[in-house]
Amino acid sequence: MLDRAFTGSQRYYRLLMGLLVFMGLGFAAYLFQLNKGLTITGMGRDVSWGIYIAQFTFLVGVAASAVMVVLPYYLHNIKVFGKITILGEFLAVASVTMCLLFIIVDLGKPMRLLNVLLYPTPNSILFWDMIVLNGYLFLNILIGWNVLDAERKGVPYPHWVKPLIYLSIPWAISIHTVTAFLYAGLPARHYWLTAIMAARFLSSAFCSGPALLILLAYTVKKYTKFDPGQEAIEKLSIIMTYAMIISVFFVGLEFFTAFYSQIPSHMHSLVYLFKGLEGHRFLVPFMWLFAALAVFALVMLLNPNTKRDEKKLKIACVAVFFSMWLEKGLGLIVAGFIPNPFDQVREYSPSIPEIMIALGVWATGFFVLTVLYKIATSVKEEVA
Amino acid sequence: MDTNRRSFLKLGGLCALGLGALPVVDALGKSDLPQVMNNPQALVGKRWAMVVDMKKCWEKGKPGCKDCILACHVTHNVPDIGSIKEEVKWLWTEPFENAFPGQESQFLPTEVMEKPFMVLCNHCAQAPCVRVCPTQATFKRADGITMMDFHRCIGCRYCMAGCPYGARSFNWKDPRNFIKTELNMTFPTRERGVVEKCNFCDERLGVGKIPACVEACKDGCLHFGDLQDPNSEVRKILASHFTIRRKPELGTDPSVYYII
Repeated sequence: MLDRAFTGSQRYYRLLMGLLVFMGLGFAAYLFQLNKGLTITGMGRDVSWGIYIAQFTFLVGVAASAVMVVLPYYLHNIKVFGKITILGEFLAVASVTMCLLFIIVDLGKPMRLLNVLLYPTPNSILFWDMIVLNGYLFLNILIGWNVLDAERKGVPYPHWVKPLIYLSIPWAISIHTVTAFLYAGLPARHYWLTAIMAARFLSSAFCSGPALLILLAYTVKKYTKFDPGQEAIEKLSIIMTYAMIISVFFVGLEFFTAFYSQIPSHMHSLVYLFKGLEGHRFLVPFMWLFAALAVFALVMLLNPNTKRDEKKLKIACVAVFFSMWLEKGLGLIVAGFIPNPFDQVREYSPSIPEIMIALGVWATGFFVLTVLYKIATSVKEEVA
Repeated sequence: MDTNRRSFLKLGGLCALGLGALPVVDALGKSDLPQVMNNPQALVGKRWAMVVDMKKCWEKGKPGCKDCILACHVTHNVPDIGSIKEEVKWLWTEPFENAFPGQESQFLPTEVMEKPFMVLCNHCAQAPCVRVCPTQATFKRADGITMMDFHRCIGCRYCMAGCPYGARSFNWKDPRNFIKTELNMTFPTRERGVVEKCNFCDERLGVGKIPACVEACKDGCLHFGDLQDPNSEVRKILASHFTIRRKPELGTDPSVYYII
């Protein structure tokens, strides 16, 4: 089946070449980082995690959201999702690949990565995150590949795949719960020390992931002969709408607890994000952009006609995806470190090489995604 | 190489036999004798702790005295990076409001508000850094010291996110070019990409010496001893003075106490 990745149109190759350029630039920047150390990033002793870990966190959500097509199809027999489960699963593969790469580029000693396996430490949440992420990656590769291969051959998929599909559903929930636990259990960081962290992660995942999936489905529909189906897209947009409402509601809950209790340590990070603290307001415009986009997306999505209008739905999806990226892929991680344990504000902004490396990882993810989607759509075109 | 089923199976069987023999070799090679002898001079304790007498430090210490910090840096080859962003800190000073955030009030004595406080790793009994480390590169010793293995650390900085005291420093760049003190050849320098912090001078305790900072303080403001030993110096001081600890509400149970 892999051969379908090597036979494509000019446009397909041009896209891959374009992504390769970004991957190359990112790799060059990474070699620079490997040579000089993480000093070339904007991180420091106070904000010791930056956009790498923030992207990782956001993308775990995108990966987990594959369950939003797999669950309705396999547990509730919603037939319209049958055609796009493969798109969800391959999106998960590409996302988890990016997650793992973002962890690796963040390490001070990447050559010692396997120490995590050599000295397994069950009391560390990072150890469990390693297990669930890799497990989810293999589950989705196995399931996606075998189901697609069976479809190509016109036979039912092997019977051992079914239990793996059922396993992948709670597993998707687990990857984002465990990722939330990375943050939610730290006594030092008030902004993260919230019981609804995992719930917030899941709800934002289940809107940002489907938003990207809808956009990808439209792209696939436009450039290939495979049509994921309007009904599936509409159903997915309903899921996205609910998840978006819950997401924004959860952010509101954080505001209530912080500001009604008036406990300074609970308020500080939120004040930093939305108003600025002690004259430091680097993230303020980004967070207000998040708020504006979120409101805009909600207004769009609450109108039932939006989901039937391709153009409007695409705009809403972009707004959902980008607003959630700002909230989770930028604000949430950085603001956890502000103020620092000494109650001082030390700001963070990513450096140019850091952004190049992050773009390189995103490009790598989209390279994987493009190849996998090419294979999937080729097979779908053949059997259609 | 020409391989048929027969030779492949023979080779496979041989390999399996070799793997199976491994536990036997281990069992035969086992001995009850300790592998390494403890230094009979070593200071031993169940839970090392420190009492910092800030009051005495302000009253008796010469203004701007940094003897303890200097001793620490010389002993451990602590680099002087020269930037707030990438500073490496083992033992340093912070104003009261930063060392004890949330405890400052408007009308404290000016001395407390303006004088520096010595801060270092608290060697918490319930250390969050140890809990989160994915490789046990940071771990608890039987004597209560929160130890750091520079050679196992993968540089994920999870411990830095976990530490409520900002006591952990990451080597953002090669620290060896920034060691301004005379190199101590008996203590390892660090590479870039690993986390480091105060180790309560475990290498000195092991040969019967008290921590370098305690030894260096001529005014006797730093007290070191075993918290589990009722007759230790620190226990006597704790019994007779009112002391505070940094952020005790987090349940980390710090082992560094302050007299104000």
